[in-house]
Amino acid sequence: MKSQLLVTPQRFIWEDKFELRNGEQLNGFELVYETYGALNDTATNAILICHALSGNHHAAGKHSSSDTKPGWWDSAIGPDKPIDTNKFFVVSLNNLGGCHGSSGPLTLNPDTGEPYGPDFPTVTVPDWVGSQALLADHLGIDTFAAIIGGSLGGMQALQWSIDFPARVKHACVIAAAPKLSAQNIAFNEIARHAITSDPEFKAGHYLARNTNPDQGLGIARMIGHVTYLSAHGMGTKFGRELKSGDIMHARDVEFQVESYLQYQGENFAKSFDANTYIRMTHALDYFDPAQDHNDDLATTLKKATAQFLVISFSSDWRFSPARSAEIVDGLVAAKKNVVSACIESEHGHDSFLLPIARYFDVLGGYLAQINTGTSSSARNPEADQYAEAEHAS
Amino acid sequence: MRADLSIVAQQIESGARVLDLGCGEGELLAWLQDHRAVNGYGLDIDPENINACIRAGVNVLEQDLNLGLSNFPDDSFDTVIMTETIQAVADPVVMLREMLRIANNCVVSFPNFANWRCRAYLVTKGNMPIVRHLPNRWFDTPNIHLCSFRDFEELCKELNIGIVERFVVDAHHQQRPMMNMFPNFFGVTAFYRLSRTTQI
Repeated sequence: MKSQLLVTPQRFIWEDKFELRNGEQLNGFELVYETYGALNDTATNAILICHALSGNHHAAGKHSSSDTKPGWWDSAIGPDKPIDTNKFFVVSLNNLGGCHGSSGPLTLNPDTGEPYGPDFPTVTVPDWVGSQALLADHLGIDTFAAIIGGSLGGMQALQWSIDFPARVKHACVIAAAPKLSAQNIAFNEIARHAITSDPEFKAGHYLARNTNPDQGLGIARMIGHVTYLSAHGMGTKFGRELKSGDIMHARDVEFQVESYLQYQGENFAKSFDANTYIRMTHALDYFDPAQDHNDDLATTLKKATAQFLVISFSSDWRFSPARSAEIVDGLVAAKKNVVSACIESEHGHDSFLLPIARYFDVLGGYLAQINTGTSSSARNPEADQYAEAEHAS
Repeated sequence: MRADLSIVAQQIESGARVLDLGCGEGELLAWLQDHRAVNGYGLDIDPENINACIRAGVNVLEQDLNLGLSNFPDDSFDTVIMTETIQAVADPVVMLREMLRIANNCVVSFPNFANWRCRAYLVTKGNMPIVRHLPNRWFDTPNIHLCSFRDFEELCKELNIGIVERFVVDAHHQQRPMMNMFPNFFGVTAFYRLSRTTQI
């Protein structure tokens, strides 16, 4: 489908101090963001998109008509798409600590005049949510009709419902988990180790030394990529196809899957910052909203007032359907309104980024029934009563 | 609302916490949410049913009943409902035990295989009955555990499940005098209210 939207990134500047969960503080920060659609007069139709590990603010549309590719979730966001910009005003930002324009390791540290690099503070999911709330204030959005995110983005949606219950009507938590497993953390640690052990990493000060740990960042991405796909999906996509060489004589053999992973790794190393990657994976590892409540997710979610949509994918083993079920069980125990669906897909964790028909039916159907106050909802008993009364008179 | 669901709806108290196993399009839960202010959840696995529930604003959870209900703690609900589904589950005994573990008030409805139409069909034709309330042929039916009311009551006795109430209706979901006298012969659908404590 051709993208209809032309968008220009905007900038939100927060000039006050910003306290982080770990006790450190930032003397102000900047967030780069994009919006799609129009905010209604009562500001009741806003949706916040939270990005995952390597995402950014450019979720939909193109920056100019000559762009070859639209934003990372263009299939889902736009007119008549599941996140319908005819109805909703959609906000998408690059998170704090990111490397696509928001304050992060690439930003100049005012104290040194050099990029922060490894000295940029550790940011966590609650910090992101706090900074996103300031962006919402700036945009005149008191309450989001919905906050939507996949993977690490889903964790932000969940955190929002806990930290700012009154500001979220619906939280759509897609392919996420209530916290990482030891296996998840292990994969992240291997990725970080690949980066930090690259000689070009220079203890994180690679920018000042005019170099970049391309090799390490590339390997980190290759590891990540394997965990985003399913064994079956990889088999279907690559099988044992050869890119080059002769397997009979074991000469110059390169499998398609090797070539694919190398391409992914090299491309990623060109477009992403290694210090940001380390920060983002730490934010994933540290996410555990229930730890303040005796590891009881139901108690943690008690104060949430949002309604929830929890979506998982059958072949996702990074954040499997069982992990989403933990969230659902916590919500049911906390007596929250929740809809859950497990979408059949062979594309593993990556499924949350793909336009899978049933996935979009569920997401689009769920968002369609949200009443933004501009039209009467189908399930408003009062409205029905009035309609009946009018009929009777 | 579907006539059989309105019979079930009358048995649910206001504000109850309700779990509907095999909730279909969520009709019952939507009504209960609007009219009884229940905190209700429905389980289903059919994508079309789930979409319909989403449209109806019902809390639908995609979960396969045959894979168990162990994610629901003991006594975590006031009422567990299963309409026209017990005859289609893999293990009705496990299902009944699990339902009563989750709530001490369960409502179960199912079609009667010993209804006179079934009996007549079997006796005269010698084929598996195909009647209005059981329209599928034997090889193409979800109903793998059909039973009569008597069968069901015998099982409840064996499992020490209390039958608090029984409500038998005809194909039009009407209760008629003959049905109370010969329920297992004239009844088409029965609604049982079950609990852990034997009261009959």
